[in-house]
Amino acid sequence: MSNLEQVDEKLLSEVSDSLENTFKGAYNIRKNGKGIERKITENINIVTKKDVSGIDIYIKENTNWEFVHIPVIITQSGLKDVVYNDFYVGKNAKVIIIAGCGIHNECSSDSEHNGVHRFFLEEGAYVKYYEKHYGEGDGTGKRILNPVTEVHLKDGATMEMDSVQIKGVDSTERITRGVLEDNTNFVVTEKIMTHGEQFAKTNFEVELNGENASTHVTSRSVATQNSVQEFKSNVIGNAKCFGHVECDAILKDSGKVIAIPKIIANSVEANLIHEAAIGKIAGEQLIKLMTLGLTEKEAEEQVINGFLK
Amino acid sequence: MLELQDICFTRENKKILNHIDLRLEDNQFIVITGPNGSGKSTLAKVIMGIEKQDSGQVILDGQYISNKSIDERANLGMSFAFQQPVKFKGITVYDLLKISAKKKINRKEACDILAKVGLCAKEYLDREVNNSLSGGELKRIEIATVALRKAKLTIFDEPEAGIDLWSFQNLIKVFEDIRKEIPGTTIIISHQERILNIADKIILMKEGKIKKIGSKEELLPEVLGKKNKPKCCKLGGDTLE
Ligand SMILES: Nc1ncnc2c1ncn2[C@@H]1O[C@H](COP(=O)(O)OP(=O)(O)O)[C@@H](O)[C@H]1O
Ligand SMILES: [Mg+2]
Repeated sequence: MSNLEQVDEKLLSEVSDSLENTFKGAYNIRKNGKGIERKITENINIVTKKDVSGIDIYIKENTNWEFVHIPVIITQSGLKDVVYNDFYVGKNAKVIIIAGCGIHNECSSDSEHNGVHRFFLEEGAYVKYYEKHYGEGDGTGKRILNPVTEVHLKDGATMEMDSVQIKGVDSTERITRGVLEDNTNFVVTEKIMTHGEQFAKTNFEVELNGENASTHVTSRSVATQNSVQEFKSNVIGNAKCFGHVECDAILKDSGKVIAIPKIIANSVEANLIHEAAIGKIAGEQLIKLMTLGLTEKEAEEQVINGFLK
Repeated sequence: MLELQDICFTRENKKILNHIDLRLEDNQFIVITGPNGSGKSTLAKVIMGIEKQDSGQVILDGQYISNKSIDERANLGMSFAFQQPVKFKGITVYDLLKISAKKKINRKEACDILAKVGLCAKEYLDREVNNSLSGGELKRIEIATVALRKAKLTIFDEPEAGIDLWSFQNLIKVFEDIRKEIPGTTIIISHQERILNIADKIILMKEGKIKKIGSKEELLPEVLGKKNKPKCCKLGGDTLE
């Protein structure tokens, strides 16, 4: 990785856990708005887009569990990076896609990354998608991330999406959309922790159009200090389908969480559930851990770490 | 080792603990029994620091500990098993055992600990300590996390509640082992004859007071007999009035 400096490596390892064994499978590393390294495999092709900034990723049908890494790092203060990445996943292909964005901002102007990721899964395809956001640097410039994820599932396709944002991102507005055909499953797990004056907004929109389409959305978040989070979901059942949305938030200090659930059943066979719980850490959980010898502060950390694990 | 001096605890005009005095020797196996609502759990919580008495002193090995927090008491050698085990989100059985052990324990060691309370360990280690576990399973995990600490003073609040018959047999074995292996004092709040039977000393509570205290020979007839019959319990269920 000749083009990478030390800051880059740190950011990369924060957003993709497998730096040591370099990247297995295909990868494309983007730094400050430009692709700097790429590798393709027999089954995975990556092509630079011509009209806009970004890449098209083509995964051959029947690909059997390969990795695609597409980390983004931003070290240039004041950069507003917009990228469009489209994934075309062939019939019955199985892939693990790891995307992440690390921002290092030492200066006073805002750095922003807006990634638009679209996933087109053919019949029977299976995608595990991990997305991790991380910000660092002492500058007063904000670190802003606004990811848009769009998922199209054809008959029998499954997509599991895991997103984590634990540290250092000042403002984020996330939109996740899913359009599901017959026998599909879209599982989304989101973990967010906010500090200081941070703001995080999440918007889920899932359309269950096919027979036996199902979605499970789990959001676990911790809002500390003066941070604010907003969780909005909209699940629409247009067929015999199943939808479960679960929003669970812990408040600390003056943290604020707003949960706005919406479920719309347009079919008599639709089965939709929404659960939301917001509150501070249960006192008895702290007490139990303190009887095992942890201080109140350590107990709180354990509860939060477990919750966001 | 443990001494309580004139402990009072009043809430909503009710004297829940009414001038409790108690002195416990080292290395004893003590069972506290008595009707529901007599103040047993409250007394245990006051000892551990979970509830704060209105007046009176808690003394451990000659040290006044009334102003010590729960974790300070834990680190002085106290351990406490809840009547209602606490549930978590995301914390696994293995996590809890690791926290409790205070040192690195590997999966094999964690399995051995769970096996002692009759849980087939591998399946349980990575389970979350939440509602997906049955009441009996949670209770056994609770007992395991507490026994593991091998504390100087260990308190179990109604360990038998919610435990089915098969595991009840094992539970008795667990306490017999604790008695043999852990050098320290064990206080068990219980209504169970088989637990009362292994006590060095039985304390009978009633309406916030210690009504009687003595050896099992002295107290068992009264506790189990017709007169002043304590709330008797059905195995595997809640205590019956
Ligand atoms: N914090 C409290 N506020 C009000 N009442 C309480 C409080 N704690 C305990 N009590 C009451 O005190 C009585 C004794 O409770 P407890 O110690 O749990 O009894 P036991 O464990 O012997 O069944 C009960 O009637 C209970 O409702
Ligand atoms: Mg009780």
